[in-house]
Amino acid sequence: MNAYSYTLLIPLIPLFVFLLIGLTGHKYKPSISGLIGTAGLLVVTVLSYMTAISYFWTDHIAGTAYTSLKVFEIDWLHLTEFLTINLGILLDPISVMMLVVISTVSFMVHIYSLGYMKGEKGFARFYAFLSLFSFSMLGLVLATNIFQMYIFWELVGVSSYLLIGFYYTKPSAVSASKKAFIVTRFADLGFLIGILMLSFMTNTFDFQTLVSSDSPALSHMGGATFLGLSTLTWALTLVFIGGAGKSAMFPLHIWLPDAMEGPTPVSALIHAATMVVAGVYLVARLFPLYSMVAPDALVIVAWVGGISSLFAAIIACTQYDIKRVLAYSTMSQIGYMMLALGVSGYGGHDGLGFMASNWHLFTHAMFKALLFLGAGAIIHSVHSNDMREMGNLRKYLPITHLTFLIGCLTIAGIPPLSGFFSKDEILAAALHANPALFAIEYLVAGITAFYMFRLYFNVFWGKSTHYHHTPHESPLVMTIPLMVLAFGAVFSGFLPFNELVTSDGLPFEAHINYSVAIPSVLIAAFGILVAYMMYRKESLVPEKIATSLGAFYRGAYHKFYMDELYLFVTHKIIFRYISQPVAWFDRNIVDGTMNLIGYSIEKASYMIKGFQSGRVQQYGYVFVTGAVALVIIFVFIW
Amino acid sequence: MTGNIPLEYFLILSTIMFFTGIFGFLTRRNLITMLMSIELILNSVNINFVAFNHFLYPNNLQGHFFTLIIIAVAAAEAAVAIAIIINIYRNFKSIEVDKVNQMKY
Repeated sequence: MNAYSYTLLIPLIPLFVFLLIGLTGHKYKPSISGLIGTAGLLVVTVLSYMTAISYFWTDHIAGTAYTSLKVFEIDWLHLTEFLTINLGILLDPISVMMLVVISTVSFMVHIYSLGYMKGEKGFARFYAFLSLFSFSMLGLVLATNIFQMYIFWELVGVSSYLLIGFYYTKPSAVSASKKAFIVTRFADLGFLIGILMLSFMTNTFDFQTLVSSDSPALSHMGGATFLGLSTLTWALTLVFIGGAGKSAMFPLHIWLPDAMEGPTPVSALIHAATMVVAGVYLVARLFPLYSMVAPDALVIVAWVGGISSLFAAIIACTQYDIKRVLAYSTMSQIGYMMLALGVSGYGGHDGLGFMASNWHLFTHAMFKALLFLGAGAIIHSVHSNDMREMGNLRKYLPITHLTFLIGCLTIAGIPPLSGFFSKDEILAAALHANPALFAIEYLVAGITAFYMFRLYFNVFWGKSTHYHHTPHESPLVMTIPLMVLAFGAVFSGFLPFNELVTSDGLPFEAHINYSVAIPSVLIAAFGILVAYMMYRKESLVPEKIATSLGAFYRGAYHKFYMDELYLFVTHKIIFRYISQPVAWFDRNIVDGTMNLIGYSIEKASYMIKGFQSGRVQQYGYVFVTGAVALVIIFVFIW
Repeated sequence: MTGNIPLEYFLILSTIMFFTGIFGFLTRRNLITMLMSIELILNSVNINFVAFNHFLYPNNLQGHFFTLIIIAVAAAEAAVAIAIIINIYRNFKSIEVDKVNQMKY
């Protein structure tokens, strides 16, 4: 036991709350379940902040590197002398940072849902699932070894599935939850194979051993290659595929927009701020390993991130469902984080991308949760997701309007809001490493500003819409989380991330890179300006532009037909040419063999059943004949 | 007493009795007659036992004891068989073995 043993409570409290509400929630009033869940998360938040303060400041000797501490560990499955699976708690800069992110956003979502989900059927169930999710996510970030991470990885997948399908009477929600589960599960197959390959080569699951400077992986850098990449590169690429599935990276992103069928607080918590960045966290967790032994895998990470961010940003410009716009924007921002990790080096100023990625993860969690909760407040008052049915809402929803504007400015990267700082560092890291990716991200920064303000102007300005009943501002229980998150979105840019979360634990000099910052602010301002001109007032300009873009616009509007492509590949190719022949083989060859055996035995027994005639003397006759035959054989012939 | 009769005579007698029994068992339809045929078979075996005991191992008694056991078992078997036959008669109103062929497929 040591000074940090209280961190054990951080994942265990939500687990306890989940069991409590899940098992007994139906016995008391729903609001009590909500309060229990929120109180549990309050304790977790306090403990997380305590951990963060003592880890980053009070327990830290200035000037030394932040080390990773294994504060708790048990042998969970002792399989053989060489193969044990442990459960434990690992504290290092990124896990402590994630604790703060998860507990803050989760706590805000818990409070917010008290208002948003009020009167919903299954209120207690909702809070039970939220606690389950918090438990799984906290366990994931605190994992001491890759196998523990995999266990919690699947648990967050399950909680995501349960919460997307929360409105289980709605067929679209059910199919969205299945889609999310199957797609991420498919990606997790890659993760599992990657884990097995990695641990086969290194004989360990433990993160500390894997990423240490004398990692057992180093001795396997040469060796067998496949398609020009070493085995370790393949293992780490497969691990990244798991992360890409969870983080909705192209081409495994198709589940994320559909996941918006879940309640909006769930979208804010799981599909914007925490679970979808698990892939980024996974790569960041193994980052020293990627950097040391598989730089080729990092190139893949960078390009996947870059392509995803551009792809999603273009689609986001054409969508009308406000939650889908935010979903694609999430995918785009996670693309930024992946890219930053992919272009990063290890140690000192080379680790700029690593720091920038984690910083962006932090600020993104704040402003994206803010935007989603703001969208939830809008949906709550208008009862629609479609921005074409909205307009002029700034008069009715002043607090939501203001906080949403802050969120939009933050994601667009306007100084001095937090998004500016983190995005600036990412762009600087990209410029340093790969100008092509920098160009993509620079363009995406402009597109991001455009689509966010397209959303903003459409909802809060634009045409004056007649509502069936006057929209009203949400209750305090919903607006306070908005204000808290807006505070976080504004000020988290001033956290000294370059001293706290770095690739090697040592602080380095980071400064605002004016040659990157000024152009990026300019392009963001340009995007906002275009959106202002197109959507400030109702006009025909957007439609004309859409028509002139023709096929490209239609492609983007239909999400570049990714869903159709998946359906084509699965239905027309995999089902028809693989599954159907396999099914035919199973029905006709496998089943047929067994049926043939059964049929021939049945026929044969029909043929010989006459021997059992019931006539005693016939039996006697056969018996005597047999005995005589035996005598003849043994006496005369043998 | 039997010193003058050679072994072959006993064997011929028992063989005749044995096959008479087999023949009776397979051809007679009356259950009582079949039972009697079985007794013939058993007794032919008894003759063999006693004869071989006398001629091959005159100083031993195992053959005699076997014979006694077979007689005892045959008596018990006759009692059981007759009880079965009585029950068959009650059910089928007949002791013709042809009629009793319900125990089949």
